[in-house]
Amino acid sequence: MSEMLFEIRDLRLSFADLAHKPLFGAAPRIEVLKGLNFDIPRGDVIGIVGGSGSGKSTLGRAMVRLLDVDSGQIRFDGTDISQMDEATLRPLRRRIQMIFQDPMSSLNPRHRVATLIAEPLRLHGFDQVAERVDFALSQVGLPLAFRNRYPHELSGGQRQRVGIARAIATEPEFILADEVVSGLDVSSQAQVLNLLEKLVSDMGLTLGFISHDLSVVRRLCKTTLVLHQGKIVEQASTQALFDAPQAQYTRDLLDAIPLPEVTPGWLD
Amino acid sequence: MADGRAAAKRRINPRLWLSGGWLLILAVAALAAPLLAPQDPLAQDLFASRLPPMWQGGSEPGFPLGTDSLGRDVLSRVLYGARIALLVALVAGTCTCALGAVLGLIAGYYRGWADVVISRLIEIWMAFPPVLFAILLIAVMGTGLTSIIVAIVVIDWTRFARVIRAEAMTQGAMDYVASAKVAGRGRFGIMIREILPNVLPTIVVLLTLEMGIAVIVEAILSFVNLSISTDDPTWGSMIAEGRAAIHHSWWVLVVPLITLFLTVLSFSQLGEGLKDHFDPVLR
Amino acid sequence: MSFLELKNLNARVGPLPILRDVSLQVAPGEVRALVGESGAGKSMIGKAILGTLPDAIRITGGEILLEGEDLQAMSPKDRRRMIGAKVALIPQDPLTALNPARRVGPQICNRLVDILGWRRREAEARVIELLHEVHIPAPERVMRAYPHELSGGMRQRILIASAFAAEPQLIIADEPTTALDVTVQKQILRLIRDMQARHGTALLFVTHDLGVVSKLCQSMTVLFGGKVLEDTSVDQFFSAPDHAYSAALLAATPKYTDPGGSLMPVPEATIHAVEAEIAAHDLAHQTETVRQ
Repeated sequence: MSEMLFEIRDLRLSFADLAHKPLFGAAPRIEVLKGLNFDIPRGDVIGIVGGSGSGKSTLGRAMVRLLDVDSGQIRFDGTDISQMDEATLRPLRRRIQMIFQDPMSSLNPRHRVATLIAEPLRLHGFDQVAERVDFALSQVGLPLAFRNRYPHELSGGQRQRVGIARAIATEPEFILADEVVSGLDVSSQAQVLNLLEKLVSDMGLTLGFISHDLSVVRRLCKTTLVLHQGKIVEQASTQALFDAPQAQYTRDLLDAIPLPEVTPGWLD
Repeated sequence: MADGRAAAKRRINPRLWLSGGWLLILAVAALAAPLLAPQDPLAQDLFASRLPPMWQGGSEPGFPLGTDSLGRDVLSRVLYGARIALLVALVAGTCTCALGAVLGLIAGYYRGWADVVISRLIEIWMAFPPVLFAILLIAVMGTGLTSIIVAIVVIDWTRFARVIRAEAMTQGAMDYVASAKVAGRGRFGIMIREILPNVLPTIVVLLTLEMGIAVIVEAILSFVNLSISTDDPTWGSMIAEGRAAIHHSWWVLVVPLITLFLTVLSFSQLGEGLKDHFDPVLR
Repeated sequence: MSFLELKNLNARVGPLPILRDVSLQVAPGEVRALVGESGAGKSMIGKAILGTLPDAIRITGGEILLEGEDLQAMSPKDRRRMIGAKVALIPQDPLTALNPARRVGPQICNRLVDILGWRRREAEARVIELLHEVHIPAPERVMRAYPHELSGGMRQRILIASAFAAEPQLIIADEPTTALDVTVQKQILRLIRDMQARHGTALLFVTHDLGVVSKLCQSMTVLFGGKVLEDTSVDQFFSAPDHAYSAALLAATPKYTDPGGSLMPVPEATIHAVEAEIAAHDLAHQTETVRQ
């Protein structure tokens, strides 16, 4: 068992720019991740922040291998998974889960809640699936009666809890949460954040928390990584980063957050 | 919004029941044609030619919808015609759907070289004029039920393949597919378990539409005498014969025409109705 | 006198009330926030004023007064003309608010030409002047661009320029910065504030973001379930909110400067209390209707 759960080495990823594809030949590439290096120790809660186009979601999807990388290494528990094929990867998927931004589109509208939560359990050959589904539901604070509901019959916050239940069902070591509270009202946002905090401490999870909202990251994360245009601008313990931001971009970001308190002259 | 949904749930879907009802009646009548038909559909009786339907003066019992110029019973011929029409609809529709949907799903979800091959094939296929294609096929294979069905499948699979491919591409980009992949499902499993149920409503609509089209195509080919042997009663051949007699015996034309119209309309409405009925969001 | 006044506005979807006796006033030059969570009806109020409510939503009572004139008593044509001349909208999503198939320039000039009867040359000159004012470099070039060729922040600047072009007296901004990055959001908020101050326009700012409200607005109306819970000054709200729900909302909003402070979700009890308040209101309303 390696001490670092994730070790990312010189990670590069680019997309084909189809808008500028010539009639013949390959489309030009747009570099999204430009050589990233960082580690995630076990038990860490790491905030990955940045603006749109910073590459934070791309990084997240590369780490859970929803996207193929150009080059570099993604070592999970000491094994490089960056070039692994899907079949070799499958047993590892039990240990690496993800919660998506929009639970409406990430929960198949044709399946009921119980089926959705049971899916990863069945695929990884768990026994006592029904009991485990009930346990996951109780862990995220949803009544068991929700088993037979369809996603569209739930509120936004409840749907996101189903997404969380599905992710924790297989008792993974790492969960990547991609902008999981940005679509929610502040009241459900607070509930979901408190739930994530509780799950992290109860289950000994390592959590990657992608967000554009620094206040939320400050609330939840132990370390924070700031991305800007595909590069790491700053990585530090959350407290150090917020108390004494080193990079100019981090300072600009902090300066631009409108806190809910009256500050005359803030806009000047 | 929730109330609107509940209201839609309570309301009986009239389009589904009306169209389904008509098709059910037609199917039962077609199956039971030997029991229901008052006459032999092929029996000619020149003494009983051009008898009007029963609500007009001069009709005779045993010929409720009148007779044609050869004295054949119109009702019996429509009933036996329904057997051929529905058989073609069912077999041709299902085969077209199966072929087109499978190729469309593979192209749309797997992408890559499979998509390149299937997409090029569709483009080339669609460049042939379909009517010419059908006539050519039947000329080569000879007339008969099998030829008609094969012609419909060969021509119309592209309709399914194109739409299903586009739909599978849209669904494939949704996060629930990514979520299933993270959960550990393989590509084939995702296609069957995740994509297919969401593409199914489109398939159902297209399938019923295709059944309607198959009925029309069969009628058109019978009309131009390219279908099965002229003796067998088909709606198309009845319409062709009725056209010549329109001035003195309108019922020979109108009865099969209305039956054909209602059937084709019912197929398309059935699809729309089923789509709404099986949509968990609307249900 | 207030420029805009809503008096006991009620609206329903089918049998379901979505606005319940909403009353509010916006004075000339005032910057008022309309705050609430999703489903509070805040966007519906903006749409009711502009006359762009979806067909399913029916106004069942109350008045919308613009300079003392009831908009609902007017003919649709007069109403359109009045709204076109005096009120403008800054929409939430700058991408869908612009037609992707047409160049930017004609799209924003058209309103001036079609609704206000300006000459095309006048309209173009005015729009270029305003694009300068919202700090767009090379406005002539931007006017020939298609929407997708511009960044989100740039598109929002263009829509702000377009909103101010006809010198309206009231601008309704419907979550105009929700889709933007924080750094861009600050620039856009500053721009809206500067333009508002310079032109003396009243602003009705629809948002769920209390942070934005505290920085931009003077007064605010808090909504829940289509009912006004609190109508107060921004200073008052952020120092000592009056309604329990407002206080709970404030407590649920995270602040990076206060990481130790536990994040309190809006308590169930508070929600139930507000819902009871609304139920009591509905009942009183029904009784009143029956009595009449």
